[in-house]
Amino acid sequence: MRRRVATFLFRHPRWSLALLLGPPLLWLGIVYLGALGALLVQSFFHIDEFTGQVVKSFSLRTYAQLFSPANLDIFRRTTVMAFAVTIAAALVAFPLAYYMARYARGRVRSLLYLGVILPLWSSYIVRVYSWKLILAKEGILSWMFSAVGLGWVLESILSVPGVGGPSLSFSALGRFLVFLYIWLPYMILPIQAALERVPKSLLEASADLGAPPGKTFRKVTLPLALPGVIAGSIFTFSLTLGDFIIPGTIGDSSLFIGQAVLRHQGTAGNVPLAAAMTVVPMLIMAGYLTWARRLGAFDAL
Amino acid sequence: MSAAAVRFVEVLRHYGDVRAVDGVSLEIADGEFFSMLGPSGSGKTTCLRMLAGFERPTAGRVELHGRDVTDLPPYERDVNTVFQDYALFPHLTVAENVAYGLTIKKVARPEIRRRVDEALDLVRLPGYGARKPGQLSGGQRQRVALARAQINRPRVLVLDEPLGALDLKLRQQMQTELKGIQRQVGITFLFVTHDQEEALAMSDRLAVFNQGRIEQVGTPAEVYERPRTVFVAGFVGTTNLLLGALAERLTGTAGPAAIRPERIRMLAPDAVPGADEAGAAGLIREAVYLGMHTRYSVELDGGGELGVVAQNLDLDAADAASAHGRRVQLAWERSAVRPLVG
Amino acid sequence: MRSDPRPGERAPWGLKIAAFGAILFLHLPLLVVFLYAFTTDEATLTFPPPGLTLRWFEVAWQRADLWQAFSLSLRVAAVSTAMAMLLGTLAALAVVRGRFVGRELVTLLVILPIALPGIITGIALRSALSLSSLPFSFWTIIAGHGTFCIVTVYNNVAARLRRTGRSQIEASMDLGADTFQTFRRIVLPSIATALLAGGMLAFSLSFDEVIVTTFTAGQQRTLPIWILDQLTRPRDRPVTNVTALFVIAVTTLPILLAHKLSGGGGREDR
Repeated sequence: MRRRVATFLFRHPRWSLALLLGPPLLWLGIVYLGALGALLVQSFFHIDEFTGQVVKSFSLRTYAQLFSPANLDIFRRTTVMAFAVTIAAALVAFPLAYYMARYARGRVRSLLYLGVILPLWSSYIVRVYSWKLILAKEGILSWMFSAVGLGWVLESILSVPGVGGPSLSFSALGRFLVFLYIWLPYMILPIQAALERVPKSLLEASADLGAPPGKTFRKVTLPLALPGVIAGSIFTFSLTLGDFIIPGTIGDSSLFIGQAVLRHQGTAGNVPLAAAMTVVPMLIMAGYLTWARRLGAFDAL
Repeated sequence: MSAAAVRFVEVLRHYGDVRAVDGVSLEIADGEFFSMLGPSGSGKTTCLRMLAGFERPTAGRVELHGRDVTDLPPYERDVNTVFQDYALFPHLTVAENVAYGLTIKKVARPEIRRRVDEALDLVRLPGYGARKPGQLSGGQRQRVALARAQINRPRVLVLDEPLGALDLKLRQQMQTELKGIQRQVGITFLFVTHDQEEALAMSDRLAVFNQGRIEQVGTPAEVYERPRTVFVAGFVGTTNLLLGALAERLTGTAGPAAIRPERIRMLAPDAVPGADEAGAAGLIREAVYLGMHTRYSVELDGGGELGVVAQNLDLDAADAASAHGRRVQLAWERSAVRPLVG
Repeated sequence: MRSDPRPGERAPWGLKIAAFGAILFLHLPLLVVFLYAFTTDEATLTFPPPGLTLRWFEVAWQRADLWQAFSLSLRVAAVSTAMAMLLGTLAALAVVRGRFVGRELVTLLVILPIALPGIITGIALRSALSLSSLPFSFWTIIAGHGTFCIVTVYNNVAARLRRTGRSQIEASMDLGADTFQTFRRIVLPSIATALLAGGMLAFSLSFDEVIVTTFTAGQQRTLPIWILDQLTRPRDRPVTNVTALFVIAVTTLPILLAHKLSGGGGREDR
């Protein structure tokens, strides 16, 4: 009996394919794509001001709401942070990625790789929590600054408007640090992958042709590593755009896109607005991805 | 009359516009060592796969011992394959690999053990049962693959360029061994290769494939000495291809013809060809000393060029070097010129 | 770089400092959590801790709500992992062995749930749920988790399948095994460790997940949600510290195992 089924499947590869592909595709297609579709559809609905109910008819009213000064503020704030985090992450990640790709061998390399992978896959919430501990006014960071007599440095940083706040825990700087910390592995790995793909012979050829190490780095290594940097930036940018936990935990009450979305779809019941706001980062990322693809970042993924 | 072991009847295999196999009909007798020879993409491997059951013909029939197996899956055919990359199962030991077919058939354990030992002895790897394929060399892996394939006592054993990955000396050794095993076991062997020397050395009969079709079938001697088409003449061994005006001048007919370089004698410039011979005069353009023989390229007086190969019976490297530029008279038996088709 | 550094080739010390600095930056905060789990200070986050104690571990042990959250996280992770292993393997088998139009699209579809920010996945699922008026429950959490866990299993199994080569499958069939026997005897053993590694990663991912869960959980609280609540309305600082430590341990272990199973060192597929 089993033989007959097996032979049938063998003779009709389309059936085998359907059986294999069916369940995952059905699930992802219906549940996931369906949900995304439902979200998009919802963004074209709007809230009736009087009843507070969702009106299920097509309209662009909700999208118009996105242009209110408060919302534009939210978009600006989130995007600026995303940029800042991306640039900083690239700067911090690069030396490590370079070291891992070029110099680390054997056990060291394995350990370093593990050291990057572990935070990537685990403990997101705990790692955010850890910074709550670190940034607390009475916590370790303040203590470190005072211990070396640099308490006044911390004070002056915190008094900078837009960056500082009553304490690190309530400042944009604090948010920035946590974002940087959390997304760093996402930047390290693609850069390392891209650097690993640079054949050593290219560097040797460059040296052979008379270029000093700095120039080789600038003209050969850096451009070849760029797709990796861009690939990593896709993650840092997109993740910052959507996150609501970090700005909700650290920082003042100013909202990021993610928080606004959460708020709207929650107690406010304004799912259309929440949906419309989600579309914004999606569009930004779509644009970013097309630009990144042209620069070859996808090969570094 | 016993049915042929293998029969291809007008077999076609298309992939969209590509005709991988374009009308192949073939009969292989029981107990034959049969080779399918041809360059890459000539369709020989596809035919092999259609016989083993991994591909289905777009049209035509494949028969095994009189039985139409065209629609049967590989596990229901009495054919076993030795793959080009050996395809040993890395997570099983050598013994388990070899016993695989029997294990599937649920043969009793003591019987399996006995036959595995027998099979390993046959391929001269006694006692290797406990090892894993990862621990073996290329040649050893190939032998395990062979043991695994023939232990089921299939009526036809198919070998897909099994010696390709081995170095020259090992390959020649394996050629002799394979031939010996085939004679000992008596199974029909279908051997696919692109190495014409190998095919000539091992086969009882061979088929020359080109672009999805068979151009000639015959014993090695037949195919070599009496090639039917231009392709066969050029692919099996080297030859001098005579076309058009050159053919006219040298043989008297316009059609394409071929003459093997070893059939041409090199004589002193003033010598005269024999009664049954034809000849031409010319000048040695190049002489390549190859140890056992020397290969000459002779530019003919009337235009054109002929390749000549002569054993270095009383010649050495120095002679070969000085041959350059010397005038010679070439002579060959008229019957050595083969007219060709296509 | 494509070849290993020559022996004796040393990195400039500035580079080394920057590199190891980054690694320290990645891991020191977790040490902070570790430290704070032992502090005697009950209310504030003073550094240095006034004293050290094991008391909070015991307190945490007694907390019923913690056990509930832990049990929920465990069950969700287990079922999500099973689901991901099944769907991921099926998809990998189809994509690597099959020949059909749109293979890259399947890969894209599998990756999408984890590539898009969690908030999009979360809100999409939630709005779909509210549209269909399904109640939030254990199964809605799993729907979310299972969906984005598929990719870890898919990547690992697909990578392994590609390395295996199809002639082994043909050889098995040639020797008399049909599709199912071949799968059981040849394919499954070859993907076993990759499957497990992918599963471990999926488990870790699910256990730790908080963003999508916020949207699909309704009233229930997984362990990360419990911690999240503490972040915004802190009540039990010390116990939270202990819990945080615990979550680190539970999510780190599977990843280490997965790393081992995938052959240690080198590059994983994400």
